[in-house]
Formats: sequence, C-alpha cells, structure tokens
Amino acid sequence: MAKVLMKGNEAIGAAAIKAGCKYFFGYPITPQSELPEYMARELPKVGGVFLQAESEIAAINMVYGAAGAGVRVMTSSSSPGISLKQEGISYIAGAELPCVIVNIMRGGPGLGSIQPSQTDYFQATRGGGNGDYRLVVLAPANVQELVDLIIEGFDIADQYRNPVMILGDGMIGQMMEPVEFREPKRRDLPEKDWATTGTQGKRKPNIINSLYLQPEELEEHNKRLQAKYKAIMENEVKVESYNIEDADVVIAAYGTTSRIARTAISQLEEEGYKVGLIRPITLWPYPYDEFEKINPNCKGILTVEMNTGQMLDDVKIAVKGKHPVYFYGRTGGMVPTPNEIIEKVKEIYGGEK
Amino acid sequence: MLNDKRIRIIIGHYGSGKTEFSVNYAVKLASLGKKVALVDLDIVNLYFRSREKADILEEMGIKVIASSVKGAAVDIPAISSQVLVPLQDKSYEGIIDVGGDPVGARTLGMYYQHFLPGEYDMFFVLNANRPETQTVEKAMEYLRKIEDMARAKVTGIINNTHMLKSTTVDDVLRGQVLAEELSEKTNIPIRYISTIERVAKELPRDLNGEIFPMNLYMREEWMV
Repeated sequence: MAKVLMKGNEAIGAAAIKAGCKYFFGYPITPQSELPEYMARELPKVGGVFLQAESEIAAINMVYGAAGAGVRVMTSSSSPGISLKQEGISYIAGAELPCVIVNIMRGGPGLGSIQPSQTDYFQATRGGGNGDYRLVVLAPANVQELVDLIIEGFDIADQYRNPVMILGDGMIGQMMEPVEFREPKRRDLPEKDWATTGTQGKRKPNIINSLYLQPEELEEHNKRLQAKYKAIMENEVKVESYNIEDADVVIAAYGTTSRIARTAISQLEEEGYKVGLIRPITLWPYPYDEFEKINPNCKGILTVEMNTGQMLDDVKIAVKGKHPVYFYGRTGGMVPTPNEIIEKVKEIYGGEK
Repeated sequence: MLNDKRIRIIIGHYGSGKTEFSVNYAVKLASLGKKVALVDLDIVNLYFRSREKADILEEMGIKVIASSVKGAAVDIPAISSQVLVPLQDKSYEGIIDVGGDPVGARTLGMYYQHFLPGEYDMFFVLNANRPETQTVEKAMEYLRKIEDMARAKVTGIINNTHMLKSTTVDDVLRGQVLAEELSEKTNIPIRYISTIERVAKELPRDLNGEIFPMNLYMREEWMV
C-alpha cells in the first residue's frame, strides 16, 4: 500500500483495525478524541463495536470484559482519563488479560492542560494501580512507528496475556505524518483456551478473576506473574541508539523529545561535538543494558523529557554511577527546542570540545 | 492573488493543509503592502492552528483574529466577535481559515449573510495523499457537504497534494489529476497549486491553476 498522510490519532485507529481489533470502549478527552471519533466511524464498517462509555471507569471495565471473552480490544485516553482507568488496568493485569491501552499524554498534574507532555512515565512504568504488576509500555517517536507498535502491541498482549500501553505525547497524537500500512510479521500466538466463550456443555467454565481467597494461591499467582515479566524483560526490549560508543555526551530521550534531541545532535555535529542518543522504544521493559555500551570516557548523560525528570530514575539505574547524569525538561505543555538542548550539551562539555 | 475577491474563505478536508495555505497567503498579501486580517475559525483542532503563529504574523502587520478566550491551551469552542471586522470593514483583505470537514464549516455558516455571491472566494483545499480524499467521488462528497454546512459555494480548487517536507513533483502531479477530475465534475476552476518552494520550482509551467510556493510555517525544524 502506498504512503498516505495521517494524523497520529487517526493512524492509531487504522492500525488497530488492521491488527484485528474490533472493539473499542472509551470516553473522549483532548488531545486524543480523533481516535474514538475514528473508531466510531470505522469499526461498524468491519463488523466491530464502538461504544462511548459513561465514564473512563466504565470503559476500562468494558475492556476487561471483552478481553476476558478473548477478543482484540482497545481503549484510549489522555492523562487524567488514564488515571481514572488505573483500577481496571490493575484488574486486567491481575486477571492476565490482553488488551491495548493508549495514553496520549497532556500536561498535569490534575486536569493540567491539553498541550503535550511526558508526565505519565512514572504512572505507566511503575504501575498507577495497585499490586505487583507490569504493563508493557511502548513509546513511539513518529506516526509510522506508532502504527507499527500498535500492530505489534496486540501481538505482545496476546502472547503474554498482558495489557500493553502505548505511551505517546500529545504531539504524536496530533501530528500529521506520512505512514504506510505494511503487512506485519505475525507472531506464533497461543490459543485463547482461557477465554469465556461459553462451554457448550463440553468443558468446565473458564473464570476471569483477580481475587484470590488463599494467601498461598495469591503468592503462587504472583510468582507466575513475575516469571512472565522476567520473560518479557528478556525478550521484548526495544531501543534505538546512535553513536554511543564514540560520544562525549549521550542524550537519553524517548518519543517526540528524542526527535528534537536528534535535530540538536545533527547541529552539534556540524560544530564538531560528538553526541550520541539512546532512545528507548520500550519504557518497560527498560533497555538498561544499552547504557553499558556507552563510551567509558563519556562526560555525561543528558536526559531530556517533557516533565521534571521521570525517566531520569531509569537512566540513573542504568548508568550505575559510572557517568554524571544531567537533566533538561520542559513542562506545562511547553516543548523543548533543539537550541535549548544544544546549550545544555555545551554546558556539559564545559567549554572544551 | 490580487484578482481574488476581498474575502477568501479556506475550507477543506481535515488535514488537507488549509492552515499552512492560509498563513502563506496572508504573508504574501501583506508583503504586497495590503492590510490583511487572518481569521482563525478553527474550533475542531486544538494543535497546529494559525493562531499559534500570531506573533510572527502580527510582526508582519497581519491582524490575527481567533478565540475570544485567551490561552493557547483552551479547549473551548469560543470565537471572537472581531471575526466581523474584516467582513464589514472593506479596507481589509480577509482570509478565513476554517476548521476541517463539514463539522468545522459549521462555524462559518453563521456568517452566511456576509457572503454575497461574487463578493467572496471560497477555496477548497485538496490533498490527494489524505486517505479520505483520494478519489474524485470522495473529494466531491466532502466539497458538497462543506458547502451545505457553510451555506456558501466553492469558487476555486487548490491542489495542495503534499507529503510534508518529503513532497515530490509526482505527488503534486498526481494530485493535479484528481483536481482536474474534480474541476470537471463540479465546473469549479483550479485556482492554485500550492506546494513547498523546492517542488514549486520543478513543476511544469503549463498546469491549470497558479503555482503558489509555500514556506512551512506550521512545521517545527525537528518535524519531517
């Protein structure tokens, strides 16, 4: 198929349908409302169901039910709406159900603003809901990658029976870019023999649940979850790096911010600076090992985010004290400019190339 | 450009490039020494609206009219009463950048008594690279639905077929085929072929419509 021009939010919808998602439950919120609007228009055409729930809490519980029935299902929201969904997300993780949850982040805390941010990194990677659970968190940096990750995200969710979150900032959702819908590499996925599809009198009922009455059983359940998370950490890390073996300064950034950093790096190179980039594509599992490849004489690692320093914690864990760690961020919906990043890199260089 | 009517209304499918065209058109008119007002009537989109460029436009002497509520992050469909200024004050050259799709044109409908036949131009911006306007049938459906909602008639087609900074001559020519078909079916002339300067230089000169080279004001340097 030839390239077309799509807005990020529309492309999410088109990609989800391409991945076989037929059910969407959500509640509108800026800056992602084009997505439910797209699904409302397009899902009936493929025999699917779009439902605007009465609230985010209702929507995520509809996702819980649909996922339990074994179908591909998605919901989306933006920061405050995702906060409302946390209880349901924890239940879905506990009941080990596959689904895709999209968060197109806006400024916070609270209602904040409708402008882009990356302030839900903690919530996404540390668990905004209760319990020892993990979401697979995918962070696209452009609309094409957004499409590819949505499609693969449904496979990851099915393979591990785990919710997958697509974490994009408002810019990714609102930005128009060329995209191509390529035939994805399909994974060999297990049968959904756990789904509540009716016994037809031939088997015992399947039960979808996150409640355990015996502590021993719940501990066993948690051990099984942790083994699953370990497998995800071993198999699913995605990261893109640029010139880190040779760099004097390495920038760590994801999503939109990584693109601004990349523009800054190109300009710095013209002036003779050697700057690398680590761009995590999975925020959980985090690409800690990638930081081992950094030039041992590197002057410092600069984390750039549209928040006050959230991924910064993971960078510190990854760097293990081997390099000084710096931070530059903007908040409130302000987007950093390449020049601001250039200035910060020069500061770390300390006036000498 | 100077042959266009005093009020130019820019409509089209959501994401067709109306705002980029409107901003460029305003800048060009202002550079010809005209007194220009750019009305941002977009209450559908919340990002990438012409009001975001108000600072640089006002430096060029262009009056930018948008929401009655201050604040870039305001999620309120408010419109300034000043929209009437260029409609009523004939010393202004007016450009009205309308929100996308029929839903965006609804705002325009309330000013219909100011749009007398022969006294305004309404340009339909067409991008053949947008999935919803790739065939002449679909493009025509959008054009007619927007006209109905706006309570005004399209007077010119703008072929704005692009792929952002990676637009090629082929993109524009493919869009031109669609624009020609649309023009034939609707009996509306192709008024402009708008594209980035690099491509504008390479276009054949015998195309229907005036070649309109553009700068991408709405794309930051880090965007493709």
